[in-house]
Amino acid sequence: MIVGVISRISGPVVLSEGMRGSRMYDVVKVGEQDLNGEIIRLDGDQAVIQVYEDTTGLRVGEKVANTGNPLSVELGPGLLSSIYDGIQRPLPALAEQSGSFISRGLSISGISRERVWEFIPKVKAGDRVRGGDVIGTVTEHHIEHRILVPPFVSGTVKEIRGGGFRVEEPVCTLDDGYELSMMQRWPVRKGRPYQKKMDPDTLLATGQRIFDTLFPVTKGGTAMIPGGFGTGKTVAEQTLAKWSDTQIVVYIGCGERGNEMTDVLTEFPELLDPRTKLPLIQRTILIANTSNMPVAAREASIYTGITLAEYYRDMGYDVALMADSTSRWGEALREVSGRLEEMPGEEGYPAYLATRLAAFYERAGRVICLGSDSRIGSVTIIGAVSPPGGDFSEPITQNTLRITGTFWALDTNLAYRRHFPSVNWIKSYSLYLDQVKEWYAQSGFPDWMDLRARAMYLLQKEVELQEIVQLVGPDALPESEKAILEVTRMIREDFLQQSAYHDIDSYCPLEKQYWMLQVILSFFDRVNEAMGRGVALSKILKLPVKADIGRMKELTGIEEIKGLITRIDNALGELEAER
Amino acid sequence: MTRPTLFTKEARTVNYVSGPLIFVKDVKGVSYGEIVRIILTNGEERTGQVLDISKDLAVIQVYEGTSGIDNMNTRVRFTGEPPMIKVSIDMLGRVFNGVGKPRDGGPEIIEEASLDINGMPINPSARDKPADFIQTGMSTVDGLNTLVRGQKLPIFSGAGLPANKLAAQIARQARVLGEDEKFAVVFVAMGITYKEASFFMKDFERTGALERVVFFMNLADDPTIERIATPRCALTVAEFLAYTHNLHVLVILTDMINYCEALREISTAREEVPGRRGYPGYMYTDLASIYERAGRIKGIAGSITQIPILTMPDDDITHPVPDLTGYITEGQIVLSRDLFRRGADPPIDALPCLSRLMNLGIGPGKTREDHRNVADQLYASYAYGRDLRKLVAIVGEEALTELDKKYLKFADDFERHFITQGDENRSITRTLDTGWDLLSALPEEELKRIKREYIKKYHPAYRKE
Repeated sequence: MIVGVISRISGPVVLSEGMRGSRMYDVVKVGEQDLNGEIIRLDGDQAVIQVYEDTTGLRVGEKVANTGNPLSVELGPGLLSSIYDGIQRPLPALAEQSGSFISRGLSISGISRERVWEFIPKVKAGDRVRGGDVIGTVTEHHIEHRILVPPFVSGTVKEIRGGGFRVEEPVCTLDDGYELSMMQRWPVRKGRPYQKKMDPDTLLATGQRIFDTLFPVTKGGTAMIPGGFGTGKTVAEQTLAKWSDTQIVVYIGCGERGNEMTDVLTEFPELLDPRTKLPLIQRTILIANTSNMPVAAREASIYTGITLAEYYRDMGYDVALMADSTSRWGEALREVSGRLEEMPGEEGYPAYLATRLAAFYERAGRVICLGSDSRIGSVTIIGAVSPPGGDFSEPITQNTLRITGTFWALDTNLAYRRHFPSVNWIKSYSLYLDQVKEWYAQSGFPDWMDLRARAMYLLQKEVELQEIVQLVGPDALPESEKAILEVTRMIREDFLQQSAYHDIDSYCPLEKQYWMLQVILSFFDRVNEAMGRGVALSKILKLPVKADIGRMKELTGIEEIKGLITRIDNALGELEAER
Repeated sequence: MTRPTLFTKEARTVNYVSGPLIFVKDVKGVSYGEIVRIILTNGEERTGQVLDISKDLAVIQVYEGTSGIDNMNTRVRFTGEPPMIKVSIDMLGRVFNGVGKPRDGGPEIIEEASLDINGMPINPSARDKPADFIQTGMSTVDGLNTLVRGQKLPIFSGAGLPANKLAAQIARQARVLGEDEKFAVVFVAMGITYKEASFFMKDFERTGALERVVFFMNLADDPTIERIATPRCALTVAEFLAYTHNLHVLVILTDMINYCEALREISTAREEVPGRRGYPGYMYTDLASIYERAGRIKGIAGSITQIPILTMPDDDITHPVPDLTGYITEGQIVLSRDLFRRGADPPIDALPCLSRLMNLGIGPGKTREDHRNVADQLYASYAYGRDLRKLVAIVGEEALTELDKKYLKFADDFERHFITQGDENRSITRTLDTGWDLLSALPEEELKRIKREYIKKYHPAYRKE
């Protein structure tokens, strides 16, 4: 083992001498208290180390011991419903050891060594297995946790045992004597291998109308949510974590508020997944590195999270990863870079910011996993971005824009008037529309994208008309254009607005979304027809059915919503032109 | 934490002095972040903290400034201790300087404990969910941006706006419904004038709350760098009162902009790469280490609620200090110069205000079942009315539809009767009913944000029947 001595301390960055022979990104134990750190630069005899814990009290001359291993996470049954810090230390276990406040130098394994899991073998002695093959399963909550042969391992099964085991106990022996347990380790900075990447062509249904209908993201795709403070990034991320139709959710609270994580921790065990009817926490892994926890661990938290997500992807599951907020991660990079006295790029961020961001988002994807059964799994990344001053021209927003497929731009002005989700429908976009169009067609909604196109056209038209109204007042518009403004107001208020806290409306199934939009657009058609017959718009707007359209988001029955179309037909059909 | 060794190290090797920093050569065994005593030639003693150490050089920030420090005779004594503060329940009713020394002429504190002012981060899984509604008696806060115990809710003010009056009124009126629990206020002055500080002191005196208040005073003419330590000292005392003595502590920090200026001064002296407007890149993390010390902990009765006050330079909410604060705190109360000129008292601009924890503190059993709906509806209607004002300025009121005219009037009435309340202490029921009275001026079918059952129950048109 290489042991050096500290020669300089500056915040979370420590310089150590006598480290020749160390590798980049090796984990080291710093000082007498064995603080966790990682080598981020090598220079002759010296190593630069970022320390994951507060460095107060360290002295020049204390020892630095290299563990010889890169920063890794433990993968195996017991991950689901856990809450970890940025380097996979379980927070409840930390609280048991050191109380309500996090003290330093603690090392706790990521998954419990004591717990016994019932292992059911899926292969038998004499079978040939290779990396990624399923040797057996364990039931983790309701999820079938598939125990995989680690990548780059292969051989013939010599012996396999079923029954109750702890994660470290060997369950399978290969003919060359290699023993497989239910747990494996993987270095976080290296993506887990797969056979082949595929086009992401399946919708990630989120139950949110603005996302599913207007700006969809696919399973294996990437999305970003930038917005100034108070625009609802965190609420959007949490809503997505609640209602996304994936089997697994990894939620990374990266440099954000402590009370928010508490909120997730208390709410998720109570909320039920609308599909499985089981508590949401059972499919969720939380990583909480709040803003007052050490900066370097914040940098690592993103990698810890994505590696856990990839592990479940490799079992053949769809995983959604929420990162709130990637800006704080970028700032952690900037802080460490500043301490390293690197040449700063734009706004003080290191020049490699774009590379790092791209490398992170490219770990998303829909893939054919390793293993002979060619399972398909996916990781979807949804990253929140917190641009300073709400200014989207800053480096993190701009670099993220280049690599993500869906852009949900949050708008401060919408948030001010409590239009939530405050996604600006003019600025946002999705690059997955073509794939989703086919998916919707196959799912029984062949005209979904046509409805979307009509709605988008009207919303765009509204912007133009509003400009005229601002100049000459609403009275100057012809009746037909006033009708457009009425309908777009309906689209905005009765369709796009969706309360994350409403007991019914917080989750809107796809079929309901489809019919809600149908109702509004057929209202528009009937209005145009009636006005063609000479009916005055003011008369149409007094119809009671209009108020009922405003309430349709509170309905649960699809038939009731469909019924509105008939009522619109009748009500408007009866109206006669005034003489 | 490393304990002090038997002998303390002393050096006379000050090599370089720049701004608030001194660089000391040839020192061994210094620990990162430890406190040093600097003894000047004339015997004066100052306090500093180690910011950076390498093999033969230590960089020290001096809290009281570097004037009079020379690079020949000045002695630097390393204590080996992190910055500590002595704490005691007897601090209630006392006045301290920015680093916790009495400045009211009273005796030294007999300590119950001596604590590291930097504290330690609360384990997120040990946090308890904030859930208790605090009635501040201010409609715009209670009705629209509810304050909850354990929250951090800053007031964004502008130069000349009455933020202090608002903060004092909140401190005076705040209470949790149905409870009569022990509370304390920790008041932290950073770089404010004597006049502003004495306003608070007199207000607490008038209401008889003075013996429940701990004052930390770093006034405008006190050493700037001391301000780095002031909020940390104060929050350490607040944590002690909350988590050891089970008090509900309200911490008022004013003015955060002065704190950030001090942070910038040190960063500049260290020749760090500046971020926006010269503030250091780590200001987010630094501010978080202050604001995140609000909260509640499972199994402990006490709590810490923070109301930081900050003056937005040139009323600019995108300035780095309000911007980063808004990203850390759980909402904000924003004062507006326009409303102040129109005579609104308090001049709270409802639209950019927010309380992220509002939903945890409202609803049946806490406030009233219709609270969320009423708040949403008031917001939506007021925002629409405000938009119309811009339109009216161009096309005149005559061009508006009948409905729009109602909205326009609603916005005016809202500012006059809901936002404005002067010294009145309104109960939450009164606040919500005021909201309903205003909303009843709009057609019922416009109240889309409110469930029909609540309209039937609370709308004045049905209430009278």
